[in-house]
Parts: sequence; structure tokens; C-alpha cells
Amino acid sequence: MGFYVAQLLTGLANASSLFLIACGLSIIFGVTRIVNFAHGSFYMVGAYLAYSIVALFPGSILGFWGGVIAAALIVGLLGLVVEMTILRRIYRAPELFQLVATFGVVLIIQDMAQAIWGAEDKLGPRAPGLSSAVRIMGEPIPEYDLALILIGPAVLAGIWLLFHRTRWGVLVRAATQDREMVGALGVNQAWLFSATFVLGAALAGLGGAIQIPRESVNLQMDLSVIGDAFVVVVIGGMGSVSGAFVAAVLISVLNAFAVLVYPQISIVLPFVVMAVVLIVRPYGLFGKEGSGHGAPTEPEQPLRLMSSRATLVLMALVFALAASPLVASDFASILLVDLMVATLFAVSLHFMMGLGGMVSFGHAAYFGVGAYGAAMAVSYLGLPMIPAMIVGPLAAAVAALFFGWFCVRLSGVYLAMLTLAAAQILWGVTFQSQEYTGGDDGIVGIWPASWATSDQAYFYVAFALCIGGIWFLRRVAHSPFGYGLRGVRDSDVRAEAIGMDVKFHQWMGFALAGTMAGLAGVVFAFSKGSVFPDVLGIGQSVDGLVMVLLGGIHALAGPILGAGVFVLIEDWVSRLDYWRFIFGMIILGVVLLAPDGVAGGVDRLMRALGLRREGQT
Amino acid sequence: MNVLEVRGLTKSFGGLVAVNDVSFDLGQGEFLALIGPNGAGKTTCFNMVNGYLRPDRGAVRLNGEDLIGVRPRDIVRKGVGRTFQITRTFLSMTVIENIQMALISHHGRMFDMLSRATRLYRDEAEALLRLVSMADQAERACSELAYGDLKRLELAVALAPDPTLLLMDEPTAGMAPSERVALMELTAKIVADRGVSVLFTEHDMDVVFAHAHRILVLNRGGLIAEGTGEDIRGNALVQEVYLGGGTSFGQAEADHA
Repeated sequence: MGFYVAQLLTGLANASSLFLIACGLSIIFGVTRIVNFAHGSFYMVGAYLAYSIVALFPGSILGFWGGVIAAALIVGLLGLVVEMTILRRIYRAPELFQLVATFGVVLIIQDMAQAIWGAEDKLGPRAPGLSSAVRIMGEPIPEYDLALILIGPAVLAGIWLLFHRTRWGVLVRAATQDREMVGALGVNQAWLFSATFVLGAALAGLGGAIQIPRESVNLQMDLSVIGDAFVVVVIGGMGSVSGAFVAAVLISVLNAFAVLVYPQISIVLPFVVMAVVLIVRPYGLFGKEGSGHGAPTEPEQPLRLMSSRATLVLMALVFALAASPLVASDFASILLVDLMVATLFAVSLHFMMGLGGMVSFGHAAYFGVGAYGAAMAVSYLGLPMIPAMIVGPLAAAVAALFFGWFCVRLSGVYLAMLTLAAAQILWGVTFQSQEYTGGDDGIVGIWPASWATSDQAYFYVAFALCIGGIWFLRRVAHSPFGYGLRGVRDSDVRAEAIGMDVKFHQWMGFALAGTMAGLAGVVFAFSKGSVFPDVLGIGQSVDGLVMVLLGGIHALAGPILGAGVFVLIEDWVSRLDYWRFIFGMIILGVVLLAPDGVAGGVDRLMRALGLRREGQT
Repeated sequence: MNVLEVRGLTKSFGGLVAVNDVSFDLGQGEFLALIGPNGAGKTTCFNMVNGYLRPDRGAVRLNGEDLIGVRPRDIVRKGVGRTFQITRTFLSMTVIENIQMALISHHGRMFDMLSRATRLYRDEAEALLRLVSMADQAERACSELAYGDLKRLELAVALAPDPTLLLMDEPTAGMAPSERVALMELTAKIVADRGVSVLFTEHDMDVVFAHAHRILVLNRGGLIAEGTGEDIRGNALVQEVYLGGGTSFGQAEADHA
């Protein structure tokens, strides 16, 4: 019995930090509609700052708690800087474009933290005065855990008072329900957004700071916590603080007990719980359908077929690509294969996101299933390359059909989160099924057939599959099926009224996008000769999102431009020191200069130079 | 035979009986108005006919076929077109593409992945645009149309599958007075030419009395009067509801008329 009580208390102690970071994320999303990927970075910086400040006052109780609070306040200031210099300029950009900006911030903060604190893990001190353990029902419980269990509800109570007893809090709640209305009442939105961002960032900083006596501070904290924080926010209902608390407790306590039964489950458990909650309650436990009012977006222009001149230019580029192995070095050929794989991946994501309006935070799942499908077909079934290249996309199609069926029942951010959950579950299963997938060691020795082993020959295999895939998806975009997807995105009510089966259409769109991502994964697997679990990871999914959004979501050429820019820049800067910092800065530069993406920026430039007529896209 | 038969339609939301035992018929080629003050149950009634709401009791039959429990999109396929109070169009498409989409769906080619959508059923779509006098706007982006044009576009979209019954929810809401008259004249002409039957709800009494062949009056969920414009104008109960209720809403309606 005592043992179970101890597990329960550990779970509750874990919940406190998770609650702090998740409620900050939830408040920020509620008011500004920004999905803040940089929230994990605020958490990490909070931990590092607390580590440094507390070290100045060894053994002092006041020094420890003062350091923790100072760290939270400094992170709040950091939040203010991010909001004022970056986000404030792009609130009018298409929704989710801010997400790319916050991802740029993630990269920049990662390298800055490394420059300041170094790459080694930092071990924080025990909390002075709370460094021993007390016995509860015979089990030793760290005193600090008990303090944490109190901190969570105390912060919840503080926020509740702030939201219900102050004018500012009422405005925050009002803005969470209907931001436009609050603006119409004459509230200074810029000020409200800044203040919200500071509060959210400070809470994340506090969440990180109070963790230092319990776990080491390291550079991977940011992305490892952000997934769980998203899950908690979504389970609780986006914008709901008490929901975040209940969800944090639920996840942490479930986890504390689940690991007793099945130790490997902790990686996937939060995502399984989220998937179940979203299927039963599409807006989370305490969430409401929320006003769809984000920033007013400009309506998308109709699709036009390319002019004959543009077609000629494109054909010339494709021919140049086809002829490139004749002149390019092997190294360049490999880079070009990477480029084509990334482009097909981005185009498939754009297909569901841009045309279908279904934003995916977990598109890498289908890329990865395609890659693993082919790899396992080779290593277990002993299939040669061509049949394995058929197995891969089929496996991706099955996965996309399965998860897509659930995902299309939701919309907006909730749909995005369910795709993330699906990807994390697949990643966790792949990571842990050592005997089938090789776990962390991956599957190696996936080489092309003997006739395609040279870099040049494989280039043409990749060329045929990737360019063929891209061509096919473009063709579908102009077909009734692609128009139908856009129709559902524009107005599902109208789509239903002309007799369309809305959900089925979205489901098929999801499956097609997943299948084509799987094809990209197959080409990738054979070009690298190996697959590792990170092909299905958050990082890969985010790369795809950045490519699509960077390129411009409103143009068919967007993902192609975005993938090209992304791969070339990454290839160039990743050889430099502090490449994440540089890459993050480049992303922010593009975001601030061209809020409609590279395609939009090019379009506006052409119009400014008089090379293109108005209304033509 | 009647195109639409509604029998004993009833729907409650919690304790509120929104529609109570409503029955009526709609004949071939008839232009039937459903009017009543705000909250009378017009929209609820409408949504039960087009399948968005399931009635607690009652029957809806289209050409003798029971529609209760049939999904909205299947009701569309049985020949029921509809327009919305607030226009719903595909804003990222051109005017003619909006109509082509309705035709593609009607012909069951929504899952065609290889044809070019913009080349399908173009002639038919152009004919429909001419019908609503919008042929010159075919290539304009839907997002830049004036509201009155969007209403006309919706009418053309609703007519695309050649429906036997057209449901129009407040077809002139949000339009300028002169546009209202023009749109309803156009609708009346189409009804006459094509033999379509129309059920519409409307707030504008000028529109109702000028064009409706027959009028149904709803109040508090129940049908209180039915007849021609003459009958309805002279009906004491209707006058009571619209003029004598003493509510500001009733007054406003009266001022309107």
C-alpha cells in the first residue's frame, strides 16, 4: 500500500512542473492563437538560469527560492523580447506561420544556451532545507517532492485569482473566447498579447527552475518537454488553465502507475491518452469549440494553370535536373536526391495542409512508415529493391488510412495535435520494438539493387519516383478530387450541400498525402542505406512544416520553393559552428520579410517589378 | 402529386417546443413562403426538411419517398437544392468553378484524380451563369464578388443538379432593397420556366406578398395560418402576431412590411 502511495506522490510531484509549463502554453494559445514551439526553450532557459543563480548562494534557502523566482522573471523578460521583436510583427500573417517563427526561436535559443552553459549536463543543488526524505507509510518520500505537490495548486490558485479578480484577467478570459470582440471594445491588443506572453513564458521558466533539484539540466530539455506540454494542453482543452492542471495530474499519475506494469510505456502513454480523449471529446476535457476568430486572413486566389512561359521554365529546370549527373559531382548528386526527397515530402504535406486545410504536426509518421516498411521488407522478407519500394508506400497508406480515420473527425489545432499523437505513438513503438525495428540502432544495409548502386544510377531512380510523385500530386490538385479538398476547406457546409461526403473526401486526401510521404521515405531509405527512429520524429515533422510554411502555403509552388530553400540552406549552414543560430536567424528573416512565404515574397517582388499582372498567381 | 409532404413535424430542444405538429404540402411548380416572427421555428422547420435536424415526430416525404433519417448529402442527391441565409461558397475558386463543382458532384466524379476540374461541364456551367445573368463574371474570384452577386451565384449552384425542390433560407437577407426585388423576380421566373418547386423563408414582406403563390405563417412553433397573400393580409390572428404582440420584434417586422 505504502508503495502505491509513494508512486502517487511521485506522480503528483511530476505533475506540478508539467502543469506550470502547460498552463503557460495554454494561456498563450488561448489569447494569441499561437502554437508556441519555443515554450520548451523557455522551460530550458528557466532551468539553466536557476542553476546559475542558485549557485551564487550555496546552501541558502532564500538564495534558492529567490533564484528560482528570479529565473522565472528573467524568462518572462525573454518572452517579452520575443513577442515584441518577432511575433508582434506577424500576427496578421496566415495562421501557423507564427509557428515557424517560434521554431526559429527554438533553434536560436538552443545555440545560445550551448554557448553560455556548454554542452555538458548540469547537476543542480538539492533545495536547502528540503534535501532529506520523510517516511510516509514506510516509504521514503523526498521533502522536495512534497513542496512541488503544493506549488502546483498554489500557482493554479494564484492564476485563478488573477483571472477572476483583476480586470486584466477578465480581459484574458474574454480574449480567449473572442479576440475580435475584445479588440472591438477598444482594448489595446498589442499590450494584452505582450502581457500574456510574459506571463506564459515566466510560468514555463518557473516550471524549468523548480526542476533543477530533481533532474540534470541539458540542451535536450526543450524538445523533450514540448511534446508532453502540448498533450497536456490539448487534453485539458486549449486555453483552459484548470483543464491543464487536471490533465497534468492525470498524465503524471497514470504514468507513475503504468511504468510499474509496463516500463516502456512512458514514451507513448501521454499520446495514447490524448488520442483517446480527443476521439471522445474533440475539444479536450474542459475546452469549448472556441471562436474560430484568428487573425483575419486574406482569401486565397483561385488556382490557375501555369502560363505557357512558366511551363517552359519549369520543363527546362526538370531537364537540367535530369541532366545534372552528367556534370555534377557524386556529392552534388547525393544532395540533389536529398532535395528531391524533401520536396516530395513537403509537397505531400502541402497537399493535405494547403489544399485540404488539415494541418499535420506529425506527417513524418508516414514518411517513416514508408522508410521502415521498405527497410523491413528487405531485411526480413529479403525482397529486392523494386518490390520493397512498393511495400513501403503501401505500409504508409495503411497507417495513414488508420490514423486518418480518427484525425478527419477533428479540425484545426486539435486535428494537428492528433496527427502529432499518431506520429509519437508510431515513433515510440518503433523505438521500443527492438527485435523488429532494431530500436535505436535502426535497420542498416538497405542498399539499392545492383544496377542502381552507383550514385548516378540511384539518382535516376529517385528522380523518377520523386518527380513522378510531385507531378502526380500537382495533377491531382487540379483534378476534381483536389478541388473537392479545397472546397471542403473553404466551406464544409457548402460541400455537403452540393452532395459531397465531406469526411470521406478528407480521409482519402489524408491517405493519399500519407502514401506519397511514404514514397519519399522509401527513396530516402535506399539513398541512405539505413533507417533510424528519428525519421518518424517530431524533428522530421517540423522540418516538413517549416518547408511548407516557409515556401508559402497558398501556392502550389510553395512547398517546392520551401523545400529547395530549406535543404540548400541546411546543407550550407550545418557545416558551420552554431549553425542552428544562423538557421534560426534565416528563418526569422524570411518570416519577417515575407509573411506569405517565399512564394508570396517572390510574387510580390514580381508585381513590384511589373513582371506579373494583378490577380494572377 | 405533391412534391413535398410534411406531416406532424415536431421538434423540442430541452423544454422548448421549437416546432409543434406542423403539416403542409408543396405542389409541383409552387412558390411557397414560410414566414413568422423571430423564434417562430422557421429555421428549425427548414433544417428538418433538409436533413440537418432529425425531428422528434412527424414525416417528410419527397415525391412520396420518406426523408426522415436520410443524410443531408443524400437528400441533395434526391433532387433538393438549397441556398443559405449567409452565403456559403468556395471562396478560393472562381465563379464558374463553384458551379462546376456542383456539377462534378452531381455527376459523381468527385474522386476523379486525373481530369482537369476546370474543363469539366463548362458549357452547362456557363448556361447556368447566363440564367442568373452572371456570364460576364465567370472568371472572377468568388472572394471579390459583391454580396448580391454571391446570392445569385448560390442560386445557380443550387440549380446545377436540376433539382425538383429548392429550399431557400432567407434568400434576400443582407441585400439592398432594389437587389431583393431583382433576385426574387429572377427566382420566380426560374420557378416558372423550369417547373421547380420552392420553399423559402423570408423576413421581407414585400418579397413575400409579391411573389409567393401561397404563404404559411408560423408562430411559436405552430402553423397559425395558410393561404394566399390576400388571405394572410386579412387574417386576424396573423395581424395579432405581427402587429398586436406588443413586442419590439413584432413592431419591427410590421415596420418592415
